Amino acid sequence: MTPTRLILALCLVSALLIGASVFFGSASFSFVDVIGALGQGADKTDALIVWEIRLPRAVAAFGVGAALGASGAAMQGLLQNPLADPGVLGVSSAASLGAVLMLYFGLALPGSVTLMAAAIVFALIAMVLLFAIAGAKSGTLQLVLTGLGLSSLCGALVSLAFNLAPNPYSLADLINWTLGSVANRSWNDVLFVLPPWALGAVALWRAAPGLKALTLGEETALSLGADPKSTRAWAVGATALLTGASVAIAGAVGFVGLVAPHLVRRFVRHDPAALLLPSALAGGVLLLIADGIIRSGLIDPDLKLGVVAALAGAPMFILIAARTESVSR
Amino acid sequence: MSAEHIHVSLGQRDVLRDVSLDIVPGTLCALTGPNGAGKSTLLRVLAGLLAPKTGRVSVQGDDISTLTIAERARRIAWLPQSRPVAWNLAVEDLVALGRFNGRAMPYARVKAEDRDAIDHALQRTGAMAFAGRDVQALSGGELARVHLARTFASSAPILLLDEPAAALDLRHQIELIALLKEESANGRTIVFSAHDLALVRQSHARTLVLHHGSIVADGAALDVPDTSTLKSVFGVAKNPDGYFVSAPDFD
Repeated sequence: MTPTRLILALCLVSALLIGASVFFGSASFSFVDVIGALGQGADKTDALIVWEIRLPRAVAAFGVGAALGASGAAMQGLLQNPLADPGVLGVSSAASLGAVLMLYFGLALPGSVTLMAAAIVFALIAMVLLFAIAGAKSGTLQLVLTGLGLSSLCGALVSLAFNLAPNPYSLADLINWTLGSVANRSWNDVLFVLPPWALGAVALWRAAPGLKALTLGEETALSLGADPKSTRAWAVGATALLTGASVAIAGAVGFVGLVAPHLVRRFVRHDPAALLLPSALAGGVLLLIADGIIRSGLIDPDLKLGVVAALAGAPMFILIAARTESVSR
Repeated sequence: MSAEHIHVSLGQRDVLRDVSLDIVPGTLCALTGPNGAGKSTLLRVLAGLLAPKTGRVSVQGDDISTLTIAERARRIAWLPQSRPVAWNLAVEDLVALGRFNGRAMPYARVKAEDRDAIDHALQRTGAMAFAGRDVQALSGGELARVHLARTFASSAPILLLDEPAAALDLRHQIELIALLKEESANGRTIVFSAHDLALVRQSHARTLVLHHGSIVADGAALDVPDTSTLKSVFGVAKNPDGYFVSAPDFD
């Protein structure tokens, strides 16, 4: 499959999944009801559920998956490492910590600009810390271990917030951010994260050529005319915006950024620049499927999106880690 | 291209000491010397990748430190001695990086002009047979030719090649030298480093011998290095049978 066909196929699958998702949810509608709700003159409640609950939820799932998939591909290209991912390296948990701190101290409400800004800033801090401690020149092991440490630290601080939470109600609110979910997201929520996602996409586009040049190492990239410093700035900025905003709308959803690039890499002949768009689409598809399973109602009570993503993604991480080791030996 | 009074220290060590050289456009220039003589460092300085402590490098009349990164890349293509490839790229996509120019199109989507340059470079380095393959499927020598093709695909008038013959078999070493001669005859300025003195001699290149960070000999390939340079710089001598023997006493 050529990269262009892959992109078209992923677009088609995404559209189909978003379309299909309006048929699933806790209220049971017949096929005819849903079609009617999409059209004019339908029952008002039906239309409300389809248009204001199911569709934005599906779009949010796709958007979060796309943002995380693209972030993962960007980090993998930047660090030249197939195990890089905003979740694995602690960027997602740092963003969650930012959101949780805002909620805990009552500085921001869910869905507010302050909360999103905190998530983005914390994601950025995590990336800068990661680079300061284990830069692009260190090996896979040091990088992943540093990320793990960072992730654990943020996790511990989030747990501390749980521990000290004043009442069960606020505890439930906090836990939501760490489990990850796109249930009950409105169009307002989606519109709200569009600007940082769009900015992140532009930054990624700027980083893309440099990511490819980095394949030959920093010095050769520089000799080719791609300044590694500016590539790093664009890629880090993009990841912070995309991941931070995703955490702001859906909480921490792990492993999508790891798995999505892995699934499509061979189709773009391992080209880290050409990998970005297909990774985004694949990430969107993955979360649409995961959220589809949740809203199908097969499992009761409803699972959280981050839980499903981690259950599917963590084994993939182990698999990729095992393979990476055998290649480098 | 020229360098004036280049001095470089890395840590405590003076790697280059007062190196000056002037290279006329279209020259083929070989850089040789024992391990640690400063060959790779000099090539890095000439490429503008390493700023010297003192001294300056001029490219086509401009101080290299005043050129933008993109402008420098338009003028100089550099082949490093160690050549990591982080991802398992397709051979032609790696060579396409030689035509980088701010965009990183995969081979399948490059402009016709770039594609011609890439194909031509693959052909001349004997790497065309590997097109379509993944770089991880290549042997060390095959990959070395692909990297060489990457620099040849560039439109830069100056090529700085660090150990281009390393990992090549004898036939491909000889073909490499022929290629470098041909390319410089076409007007490209080429500076390459090499350890194999026989190969350097065969190149008929202007030969610079570096020792402890200084140029100790500079001349036509057939004359350099002479017997005393061989002994004092390389620590070798020729025995009556014409073989090199170790003569470290002279070091």
